Parts: sequence; C-alpha cells; structure tokens
Amino acid sequence: MVTASGTAPPVYETLTVSGRHQVIAFAVMVVLLGVAPFVVYPLFLMKALCFALFACAFNLLIGYVGLLSFGHAVFLGSAGYTSAYAAKTLGWPPELAIVSGTAVAAALGVVIGALAIRSKGIYFANITLALAQMIYFFCVQAKFTGGEDGIQAVPRGVLLGVLDLRNVLTMYFVVLAIFLAGFLLLYRTIHSPFGQVLKAVREHEPRAVSLGYSAERYKLMAFVLSATLSGLAGGTKAIVFQLASLTDVHWTMSGEVVLMTLLGGLGTVFGPVVGAFIVISLENYLAQLGAWVTVVQGIIFVICVLTFRRGVIGELSRLLRKPL
Amino acid sequence: MSTVLGIPTQALFGQLLIGLINGSFYAMLSLGLSVIFGLLNIINFAHGAQYMMGAFAAYFLLQWAGLGYWWALVVAPLVVGLIGVVLERTMLKRLYALDHLYGLLLTFGLALVIQGLFRNQFGSSGLPYQIPPALTGGRNLGFMVLPNYRAWVVVFSLATCLVTWYVIERTKLGSYLRAATENPALVQAFGVNVPRMITLTYGFGVGLAALAGVLAAPIYQVNPLMGSDLIIVVFAVVVIGGMGSIAGSIVTGFTLGIVEGLTKVFYPEASNTVIFVIMALVLLVRPTGLFGRDK
Repeated sequence: MVTASGTAPPVYETLTVSGRHQVIAFAVMVVLLGVAPFVVYPLFLMKALCFALFACAFNLLIGYVGLLSFGHAVFLGSAGYTSAYAAKTLGWPPELAIVSGTAVAAALGVVIGALAIRSKGIYFANITLALAQMIYFFCVQAKFTGGEDGIQAVPRGVLLGVLDLRNVLTMYFVVLAIFLAGFLLLYRTIHSPFGQVLKAVREHEPRAVSLGYSAERYKLMAFVLSATLSGLAGGTKAIVFQLASLTDVHWTMSGEVVLMTLLGGLGTVFGPVVGAFIVISLENYLAQLGAWVTVVQGIIFVICVLTFRRGVIGELSRLLRKPL
Repeated sequence: MSTVLGIPTQALFGQLLIGLINGSFYAMLSLGLSVIFGLLNIINFAHGAQYMMGAFAAYFLLQWAGLGYWWALVVAPLVVGLIGVVLERTMLKRLYALDHLYGLLLTFGLALVIQGLFRNQFGSSGLPYQIPPALTGGRNLGFMVLPNYRAWVVVFSLATCLVTWYVIERTKLGSYLRAATENPALVQAFGVNVPRMITLTYGFGVGLAALAGVLAAPIYQVNPLMGSDLIIVVFAVVVIGGMGSIAGSIVTGFTLGIVEGLTKVFYPEASNTVIFVIMALVLLVRPTGLFGRDK
C-alpha cells in the first residue's frame, strides 16, 4: 500500500513555485490556441480542448493529491448525458445545459468521493473503477440515455441569447473560453493555500493531520472540484459534438485520461494539455486502423511507465530547470 | 409446475446454476489477483487479458496441434503462466522500487496491447470451442437438468481453489510465501530467494487466470474481449472480500456469483449492478473488505 511515509518514492516531482516563465508559457498557449482554428480543423481542436480540460481536472487528483482515480469517465459521461438531455429534450439553452451537466457531475463527485476517499493508492483506484462501472451499467439501462444509440442530434443553440453556436468559430472560441476558465481555476487552486495543504497531505498525511488539517475533508474537496471540472468538459463536449454516448462513461475513457496525463506529465501544469493534444491527434491519425489504436495506446502506456515517467512537460521542465 | 415465491423452480435453479458458474470464475480470478497482490502489491490489470489468453491457448492447441480439452487444461496455464514470468522478469521487476500505482498502469497498458492484438487478428465475435465428449450431455435431477460440463466447471474450480488455499495456508512452501508477504527483507535474510518467489508467484496467478480461461472456452466461446469487462467485476469482488485475503476471495467469489444469479430471478434490472452496490455497502461498513486486514 502507498503510504505517505512509505519507502516508495512519490509518483510526481513537482516544483510548484509559480513564476514568470509559467506566465510566458500560458501566453504562448493562449496565442497558439487563438490562431489555431484558422490553420487546423476546428472540430478537432474543440475535441482536444475538451479532453485537455478533462485531463487537467484529473491531474489535480493524481498530481497534487496523489490519488489515482480510475473512474473519472463517469463525470465526463454523466455530465454529457445531462447536458444533452437538457438541451434536446427539455429545450434548455446551452449555458443552462452545460451548467446542469456540471452540477450532476459535482453531485456524483460528492457521493463517489465520500465512498472512495477513505482508501488510498491501489484501493482507491480499484474502488473508483468499480463505482464508475456501476454508473456505466445504469447508463446502459436507463431510458433517458438512449442505450446503445446515445442522445444524438443535440441542438447547439444560442449561448446567452447572443452567441449563435451553430457557427463553428463562435463555438470554438466559447470552448476555448471555457477551457481557459477551467485551466486558470485549477492553476489558482494549485497555487493557493488550499493547494499547499493538498500537497502537504500528499507528502505526509499523518503530519498534515497532526497540524490540524482534516485530510479527508481536503481530499474530498479536491475530488469534488476535479469531478466538477470533468463534468464541465463533458457537458461542453456534448454540446460541441451534439452527442452523448456510452463511450464517454466506459472505463476505457477513464484509462484514456490517465494516459493523457501520464504522457504529458503527472503533476505539471501544462502536461495534461499537451498529453491530451497528442493522444487525440494519435486517435484521429490512427482512426482508420481500428483496434490498432488500443495497441498503440497500450504501448505508449508501457513505454511511459517503464522509461518516461516524467512525461513530455516533466522532461522539458527538468531540462529547463523550471516548473511548467 | 412448482414455484418458489412465485418463481418457477426451473428458472430459479437455472439461474442459481448460472450464478454458481459465474461464481466459479469470479473465485478463480479473484484468487489469482489476491495471490499476486499479496506478494507483489500490484493489482494485475492484465488478469482479464490473461484469462482470455488461456481460452485462446486452448483454441490454438486444438487448431494447430490437435491437442484437445484435457491437454489444454494442463498446457494452456503453463504457457500463459510462462508468458507471465517473462513479463515479470522484463518489466514488472523494474517497478518494485516505485509507487505501486505504476504496476497498475503498466499492466493496464499490457492489457490494452494484448486485447488490441487479439481483436485485430480475430475480430470481436467469438470462436466456438466444443465441450469435450466425456462431458457432453446432462443428467436429470428431477427438478432440473444439470449439464455435465457445467457441473464439472463448478467442481473443478472449487477443487482448484481449495488446493491453492491448502498450499498457501497449510504447507511449508505456503508459509514462506506468507512470510515474504509480511516481510520480504527478513525472509531473504533467511536464505529464501525472494525475487524468484515473486516471479513464480506472478506466473502462478497468471496461470490460474489462464486455467479459468480454458474452463470458460466451451461455455462463453473464445472471444478477444471476454475478459475485459469481467475483470472489473472481479476487482469489485476482490474489494468486497478484502484485498490479499485468500479465503476471502474464494468465499466472496462463489457467494457473489450466486447473489448475482438470484438477482436475475427476482429483480433482473439490477443484476449487472448488484455486485457494485454490495461493494459500496461493504465499504461503508468495513473499508478493508469483509475478510481484509489493515496492511
């Protein structure tokens, strides 16, 4: 079992002093993403952005609290279903649809988090996975999810009564804004006193407890925040692709977000974004090869775990000697 | 036709039998996971893929070498177990000094690779595998017809589980294993080759999964994805039983199979989720599982 004081060195090597270079990196990212839709297919970018937000939210747990959740797809998928249902069947405007999806994910986060948070390490991974599978079966059987068909042809609608999301570029910049908002919120969280407590709990839980911090409460709050932002990503994704389906709730999706974060760099600020873009590009590129996608993903997993544990951004930040 | 609580006995016993069969597989798979977890402290995510490889090994033996079911029962676990040994020596071994989560991630990646490769080669529809001639047919018990092969699966897996339990809990070899689980450094100091023991233990756990795969081949057909969703149910079984508990995984495996079967009779909508619901309830009361100890 993984104990804070145990012999095993931590998964992550994080330096979390925010500095000028992080601001520069952020500016570079914003400029790149601002120009990108005029060069690259916007639908692809939106997909990557949704997953980037999902991976960043996931990274809050693994990277800064040391908890590996293997059931995060549930938050992405359930929010997707809720938003799609709200927008299509209830006829709600997109902003309310996304908010309702996010709220459902947050509520699920409270329930699943409360059950799982008492355990650590492998136990935590196992329990989140099993609870997520339970919700998956619920989605397979429930009427409103449309079973194997999912919810299709979800209307994008008009955001706040002003922005017509049927226009691809408008939709893109809305997604970009949502992504940046989520990203900044996470960045703020990591560098706040709350984030420092999380890291203290990760490094040495008994000591954090002895200093008067309720470790479980902090972990639960981080879990719920992570679930909520995963839900925001899922709700947005449902509106963008006008679709909510079982793929997003299945445990393979939970594995995919682990892959993105691991490849980009656990516990780095920009790693999950880079990881998400790489994995989504790979999937697009290999899409016509069918099951080879899984094989390639598996191989990347194995290589990352065996020889490339810092991930792309982790290695880069080691070379530059600057936290990214 | 006679009924129990408004359910025809035929349906009731039929589902009980299916539950018992599923329970046999849950027990064998969670037993292997527990043995591996006890000594290596990793959750073997590739267990479902290795179970599938056992079924495919039986299929290949028949197609390529003309060796039937009884040979497969012996050869398939050995071959797949040997592959497990190679994986442990070349990959898992490098991760013992690190956080145990890396073992989970590595075996998850391996599971993706193995399942992807088999799916590319054989598609997602199952390949048929015949019941061996000696076990075809069934016998009429008066209240139901019991197919011989299914009875064999239950008896054989129960026997395998009991033998494994006996070896680990009651023999000298097993005492080394239990000691190494508690304190590997001390056991090493007494002159036991612990790294080799770890390798063999992993191979044994993988072999158990493959054996379950051979048993499953005539019932569920040979399918590249046969282990991918099953393994998550087995994870839940392991959590309920208490991770690393040998007796716990056998008892909970069979019990939960039966509970699942009964749920199919009385409330079919919940049959897929009942094990996960039980897991959630158990966690609320006993976070370490029914038979688990704090480790």
